[in-house]
Amino acid sequence: MIHKIWKSAVVVVVLLFLYLPILVLSVYSFTDASNIGTFREFSIENYVTLFTTPELVRMILGTIALALSAAALATILGTLGAIGAFYSKKGMASAITTLNQVPVVNADVVTGFSICILLVVVLGVSKDTFVPLIAGHVTLCAPFVFLSVIPKLKQMDSSIYEAALDLGATPAAALVKVVVPQILPGIVSGFALAVTLSLDDYFVATYTKPATFDTISTYVVNATKGAQTTIKTALWALSTVLFLAVTLFVVVMNVRAEKRNKERNSV
Amino acid sequence: MKKMKFSRKILGIPYAVFLLLFVAAPLFVLLYYAFTNGEGRFTTANLTGFFSDPNTLGTLFYSFGIAVVTTGVCLLLAYPAAYILATSKLKAKSVLMMLFIIPMWINFSLRITALKEILTWMEGNLACHPFLNTVIGMSYDFLPFMILPIYTTISRLDGALLEAARDLGAGEAQAFLKVTLPLSLPGIISGVSMVFLPAMTNYVVLDMLYNSTYIMGSLIGSYFAAYNWHGGSMIALILLAVICLFTLFTSGMEEENTRGGTLL
Repeated sequence: MIHKIWKSAVVVVVLLFLYLPILVLSVYSFTDASNIGTFREFSIENYVTLFTTPELVRMILGTIALALSAAALATILGTLGAIGAFYSKKGMASAITTLNQVPVVNADVVTGFSICILLVVVLGVSKDTFVPLIAGHVTLCAPFVFLSVIPKLKQMDSSIYEAALDLGATPAAALVKVVVPQILPGIVSGFALAVTLSLDDYFVATYTKPATFDTISTYVVNATKGAQTTIKTALWALSTVLFLAVTLFVVVMNVRAEKRNKERNSV
Repeated sequence: MKKMKFSRKILGIPYAVFLLLFVAAPLFVLLYYAFTNGEGRFTTANLTGFFSDPNTLGTLFYSFGIAVVTTGVCLLLAYPAAYILATSKLKAKSVLMMLFIIPMWINFSLRITALKEILTWMEGNLACHPFLNTVIGMSYDFLPFMILPIYTTISRLDGALLEAARDLGAGEAQAFLKVTLPLSLPGIISGVSMVFLPAMTNYVVLDMLYNSTYIMGSLIGSYFAAYNWHGGSMIALILLAVICLFTLFTSGMEEENTRGGTLL
């Protein structure tokens, strides 16, 4: 019994460490307080500021647009790369896999800095074209798409593809109608991972972004240095909104996965 | 038959070209810049400069210090939690595990902002305990990356091994030390590599918590701000060497999963 209490205490303490700051901030985001501990009155002012200040709205939409476009590109490239590597000779496949591993293990600072040097310093591409930023984010994300598609290719039943060819499908049609549906879960989770990596990134963005463009991360980091109170507390509202959105998304995805598992088991 | 194989292989070409352009080429450029000076002539001054300047060496040691302590704290918090969860018979344990993972998906700068507000309220002036605050901040940021691989490894352990250990007379503690702990090593190593390297380089956590001491990442940031590509490249190269050494030591021993990729 005491053993059990100990065990739950450990789990609770770690959970509190992870959640207390976000939860406290969420509570305060609904007040007119400008510091934690100076509790005053209920107010949704922060949320009004968040969604009506053009600068903030532009920053949020820009971050989302960047994440979606970088993730889409990364998903296309990474998926094609995984299929190509899977059917290539050993040497080629291991060359791709090794290079693919570099951005995964590398520090983001190094990835961002090296891409900035190549594109901006050596090749003279202007940061204002968004090319270095998009290239940087795709480099950050595509390897993870590759890594989530490869296991699905390995699990795939290759005889179905052969059957499709025997039944007269062209290789391209067989690829789209047989291979892609089988690896789709890997593609989808790769895309989701790519979106979150791009949303979370600070370092690649800070070395490659146009001076007038901000992602949530670069904006928040600069805002904490400037400390303009209305902006600061509006960011509390932003973290509450993001927290709720992420929680909702994860819950929905897992409930769906559970449902799928149950259906599979009942068949 | 031959034509069909060809058409599938060809799909990998765009990605191979992409990797050459944006992964391999930047590394070569880094190497070139690290060993040249402003006039484009070969020099080892950047390298010797780093290892003879007490400031940069101090930065290297401070980074190691931060990284070692952060990794230790994360391990101490993550292992018991992951172990308890993985071995519990609770029905809701997958939900609990989800709770440990969700913070991974929330923007880190916003999470550090939240922590900063709490720490400011508790301590008053954050600048009084820079090392402590940095370790707290980084542990807060990276903890889920330590919990997930350890949890995955322990939940995959074969329960029969533990039973066998008990049948052969091992006590609870002995069975844990001789069976569970060694077998969960791949998860631990995986977690350590997910925490240690970011802890050496993520200088934003320090900046946001008013720790003005430099770590390795801050050096790159300051060279970048000063348009000193040569010095910055050398730091990036030294970091790469650390990463390579680290990967060499841990390769083959890691749990296969990265940055929450297995969640969905």
